[in-house]
This record gives sequence, C-alpha cells and structure tokens, in this order.
Amino acid sequence: MRAPASDLPITLAEATVRVGDVALLDRISLVLAPGAPTVLVGPNGAGKTTLLRVAMGLLSPTHGRVTWDGREAVSATRRAIVLQRPTMLRRSAAGNVRYALRAAGAPRGEWERRTAELLRLVGLEAFSSRPARRLSGGEQQRLALARALARDPAVLFLDEPTASLDPAATKAIEDIVAAVAARGVKVVMSTHDLGQAKRVGSEIVLLHRGRAIESGTTEMFFAKPQTEEARKFIAGELLV
Amino acid sequence: MNTDLSALQLVLSADPALIAIVKLSLLVSLTAVLLAALIGVPLGALIALTRFPGREAVIVTLNALMGLPPVVAGLAVFLALSRSGPLGSWGLLFTPQAMVIAQAILVAPIIAALSRQTVEDLWVEYRDELAAMNVAAAARVMTLIWDARFSLVTALLAGFGRAAAEVGAIIIVGGNIDGFTRTMTTAIALETSKGDLPLAIGLGLVLIAIVILINALAWGARRAGERYAG
Repeated sequence: MRAPASDLPITLAEATVRVGDVALLDRISLVLAPGAPTVLVGPNGAGKTTLLRVAMGLLSPTHGRVTWDGREAVSATRRAIVLQRPTMLRRSAAGNVRYALRAAGAPRGEWERRTAELLRLVGLEAFSSRPARRLSGGEQQRLALARALARDPAVLFLDEPTASLDPAATKAIEDIVAAVAARGVKVVMSTHDLGQAKRVGSEIVLLHRGRAIESGTTEMFFAKPQTEEARKFIAGELLV
Repeated sequence: MNTDLSALQLVLSADPALIAIVKLSLLVSLTAVLLAALIGVPLGALIALTRFPGREAVIVTLNALMGLPPVVAGLAVFLALSRSGPLGSWGLLFTPQAMVIAQAILVAPIIAALSRQTVEDLWVEYRDELAAMNVAAAARVMTLIWDARFSLVTALLAGFGRAAAEVGAIIIVGGNIDGFTRTMTTAIALETSKGDLPLAIGLGLVLIAIVILINALAWGARRAGERYAG
C-alpha cells in the first residue's frame, strides 16, 4: 500500500472554463477524495475532458479555483493522465516507458527494472522492443497506461481510455484499472459507456453542457436518479 | 563521343587532380552543412517552440533566405573577409575556410526553415503528452529534435544539395586557386570556359554520383531508423 496521497483531495470550487462565450465547464464544485474510482459520464461535449484536464492541472479555470490537498498550483508529481488519443513517442514500447520514468525523475538505476515491471503489468512485456507506433490501438492504450503509472501517481486520470476499442481490449484495460485502483491509486475516469461506468465506478458524476448535473454512489445513481437528465441518460435517451 | 570517353577514362583512372578536387569539394560542403546544422537545427526548434513579437516576420524572412543568391552571399563574405573588411585580420579570404563560411551562410537558412516546420509539426502532436508528463522546457526541445531526427535528415540533405551544387559564392571567396580552393563546381565552370570538356564532364559525373550516393545512404539510414523507432 502506498504512502498517503499528497495531492488528494482535489477540490474544485465553482470551477469555470470559458472560451469566448462558450462555457466548457460551468461552476463545477466537486471533491475527488482518496478511495474507489470516480467515473465521469455524459454525452460528447459535456465537459468530461475539460474537467479531467483542470483536475490534472493541465488547464487553469478562468473562474473559480482548484486545490490539491488544499494547495494551489502544486507540481503534478503525483498525478498522471492518459489522454483520449495518446500520442506514442517515436521510440520502442520500452523506450516510451523509460522516457516517462526519466521525466518523472526516477533514478536511472531503476529504469530497466521498473520498465520491465510496468510492461508486465500492462501485458506488453513481449512487445518491449517493438516501435510504439506499430502497436494496435488497444496495445497503445495499455502502453499509455504504463507510461502514466511510471509517474507512481496518487491519482490517475483516464480520458475515455476504451473509446473505439473492441470488447477484449476494453476488458484488458478495465482489468489493469481495477488492479491499479486496488493498489490504492485514486482513479478518475471519463466514459460515455454506462456499462463501463457500472463496472469500474464506485462514484458517478453526470456532466451535461459543462455542468455537474448529479453525483452519488454508483448504486444510488443507477437505482434512484435524482434528475430528469440522469433518468434520460440511464434510459439511453439522447441528452441534447 | 571522344570527349565522353576521355571523361570516363579520367574518372576510372582515378586521376590525382580529379581526386584532389573531389576531396576538397566534399570537405568544404560537408563541413558547411555540419556548421549550418549546429546553428540551423536549434534555431529552427527555438522559433518553432517560442512565441514572440515579430515571429511571423522572422519565419517569412527565414523562408525567403532559402533562396538567397549564392553570389550575394559570396559578395557579403568577400566584403567581410577582405583586407579592409571587419574580419580582414583573420586572413581567410581565398582559403577553403572562407568557402565553408560562405556555404554555411547559404545552407543555414534552409536547415533552420525546414527544421522549424518539422519541429513545429511534431510539437503539435506531442504538446499535450509532454505537458502531461511534466517534461521541462529544455528537455522538450531535446525530445522534439531527437524524435524528429529522421525527418531532419531531409533538411540536412536539402542543405547538402545546395552546398554541393553552388558555384557563385565559393568562386568569389575561394578564388578557384588550382590545388588549393578549386572544387568540382568551380572547376567545371573553369574547364568549360577553357574548352577542356573531358575534365568538366568527368567532374560533373562524379558530382552527380556523389550526390546520389549520399542521398541513398541517408535514405537507407532513415528507413532503418524508422523500422527500429517507428
């Protein structure tokens, strides 16, 4: 079990991101506490990616504030993110992980051992010397996960990590996410797949048009939705 | 027909005068490309990754300088290195070093402009990922240059092509002195004007062969590297 997370809880207070007249995030107040995975759900354009980027510290809110364990503007040493379409660096699979380890400040003497460990964790040990860009979509997502885990994060953000993957590749990713969460890493994941939200999430946050419409435990969210938007979303109706 | 045969005989017999000219040409052009790369690649990367007032004007100027006329570059270097020029005390005029300087001035804008475009394109691709990995600014520049290395080979080849083919600058600053500053292109110009076509044609054949060989080697290295790194 890891040491207590230094970046948690992540607190968003009235966090707003505006681009011109459009609010990508609209006065979101949310606490991401240590514990089981939180899943952000909502249709395309709901603000899931923007919220993840704000919580990661990649994007500053135009209004409101974000704090990590009560502090603002702390270096993202204990946070990691897997982007929706991760870019593979022009190196081998192992080279990508080594790069992430070096960027995270891991001692050089540990690179080889930890690279092998991380590749094994995501099931890519046999592809260690293969150019990362030649891997399949699912393999690239797993490699992106290994790269993120190289940061030894206290909190791991995953932006629709299984979008456009087949069921087998999706299961592989979900298994890794479950293993990572079991090691004490706080997972915050976005998806518009309700089945996945049920399988992975312990807490659900529904976003729509940049606003947090409803949040609660997974059981409560699916069994007793409190808002019309949540009821429609769960019923598979279009939220426009 | 006889002229063609004489040219071939010169090449095949490895004529010492011809070999000396070829050696000097390669030394001058490759050194100039190396110098230009040391300046042009970091400069291109810097312009690609920074935003400052007048950046657009700098990019347009750099792109325009790719077409800098060799005789103008030669004239500028001549004036700078001539006895009464600001760098006259260096005593470099009519030496191979002066030719290297002139060619580096011609080649650096080509390498810088192509590097700028290459690094900027890769930056668009890598930006979010490097930010997510919290990579420091200096390390980002090194990463982009390293990962763009196979594309940057094309910039170096374009620079080498320019250096190997030009005659206007080096004839002004080198003086085309036999056995000292005579290169393939200056020799071709001279021998043609003298009517010694076999040597001119022989040198022309060698020049074309060298350019093809260097491009083929670079292409092979690029393909092998891409197979390994993706």
